[in-house]
Amino acid sequence: MSAPPDERPPVTVLQAPVRLDYTVTAGHHLSTYLRALADRKIVGGRCPECHKVYLPARGACPTCGVPADAPVEVADQGTVTTFCVIRIPFDAAPFPPPYVAVAILLDGADMPIFHLVRGIEPDAARMGMRVRAVWVPDDQLGPTLASIRWFEATGEPDAPFEAIASHL
Amino acid sequence: MRDVAIIAFAQLPSVRRDVTREEVELVQPVVAAALAQAHLRREDVGFTVSGSCDYLLGRPFSFVMALDAVAPWPPIHESHVEMDGAWALWEAWVRLQAGDIDTALIYAYGKSSLGDLPEVLVQQLDPYVVAPLGADAVGLAALQARALIDAGRVTERGLAELAAARRRQAADNPCAQRRAPRSADELLAEPYQVAPLRAHACPPISDGACAVVLAAGDTARRLVSSPAWIRGIDHRIEPHQLGMRDLTASPSTRLAAERAGALGGRFDLAELHAPFAHQEVILRDALGLDDGVAINPSGGALSANPMMVAGLARLGEAATRLMTGQGRRAVAHATSGPCLQHNLVCVLERDV
Repeated sequence: MSAPPDERPPVTVLQAPVRLDYTVTAGHHLSTYLRALADRKIVGGRCPECHKVYLPARGACPTCGVPADAPVEVADQGTVTTFCVIRIPFDAAPFPPPYVAVAILLDGADMPIFHLVRGIEPDAARMGMRVRAVWVPDDQLGPTLASIRWFEATGEPDAPFEAIASHL
Repeated sequence: MRDVAIIAFAQLPSVRRDVTREEVELVQPVVAAALAQAHLRREDVGFTVSGSCDYLLGRPFSFVMALDAVAPWPPIHESHVEMDGAWALWEAWVRLQAGDIDTALIYAYGKSSLGDLPEVLVQQLDPYVVAPLGADAVGLAALQARALIDAGRVTERGLAELAAARRRQAADNPCAQRRAPRSADELLAEPYQVAPLRAHACPPISDGACAVVLAAGDTARRLVSSPAWIRGIDHRIEPHQLGMRDLTASPSTRLAAERAGALGGRFDLAELHAPFAHQEVILRDALGLDDGVAINPSGGALSANPMMVAGLARLGEAATRLMTGQGRRAVAHATSGPCLQHNLVCVLERDV
């Protein structure tokens, strides 16, 4: 015989707080990249097989499967490969909108990094635009991408599409 | 059934805390070493599958971070289990039965050092009526050990002697973590961690990784001289509710062993995934292993216990011993969940 129906409302809340703390380390390859930023440098890693330069260096090249970690310093300027304009505010937004987020192929690298461009009108953002890093003052440098405040336009002529075509 | 064999096994030395390796840095060296042993290029691997757990690393989709290690571009056939790598090997074995591919790469990695492992393992318990009690993995294992002692099947001294024996074996395993020899008397002098378990009867906390290559039929014979053939493999699970189980027995191991053809056979060695010393006693009984079988010649999980790795490593350790002529027939076992909840049994054999 089944139990008689229970007319009370369903149990919908159960307090079971969970808190887990982790101590995470950046690992060998990412640490190399982050420490270089503290020295005002951008250092990637070259794959010994396909010779592509990754930022940061990688524990394995996704095409070749071997560590892509021969250190290579790349320029702190490069070419915008794609961009978007953030117009909607959210809690973690670094600036009041609108502002421009970009993928930048730094000169000497084969993989774009992501950052922000300031000092231009949002409508002026475009593929091929040449930009350079604006670093924080020396006493604020640290092992973090925040060592670069943002990028700004260099004023050079735009790079031709062919220069970024294989990095999109 | 198609004949499938383990043809390569590589592992990193287990350490208490590896601060230099992230996911991909753990996996890349073992994958490269296993493929080299198997004389395989990455592009020749038919299927790739891994075992790991995001809770250990504290970040979602951590297994995606490891994928670069298997060179997934151009895209590969790939899968993942949120379990010990032994179950990834099971998936690969099933996949190879389809007959259209001949090789599979399995890898597993675990970094238990990033969080508080016993607390992390609470998250695998029933979230309504067990997890809120805060009973951690060591506490639950202690309940099981107490039940076994009360049943007269083992003593605290027996656990210390077993742990001392595993340390002696681990001394020959460069990848083991607990390798310093200790006498049973020395071990018994340790304070309780959770009574009746002292530290020696509990596994070390380990970071590590391993990889295995499977190959079918003639491909296995062509690639290596002595493949370790999988003659039977099965896995079974018990109820999530601890109160529904007899913690002094392992009926799931028994049933998996029966289905894998591991009962009543003659074995030269057994690699049993017993993180806690008393669990080895339960597993030996469930598998019906007699004193003639070398148990855990690698030192077992009492000597190195990287989570999600230690089960697959048991299969790899057993296969390696067969492939190097240290036996003809072996049984390997992997476990998952609290108090031996889920168990996999594999019979491995080398050609005469």
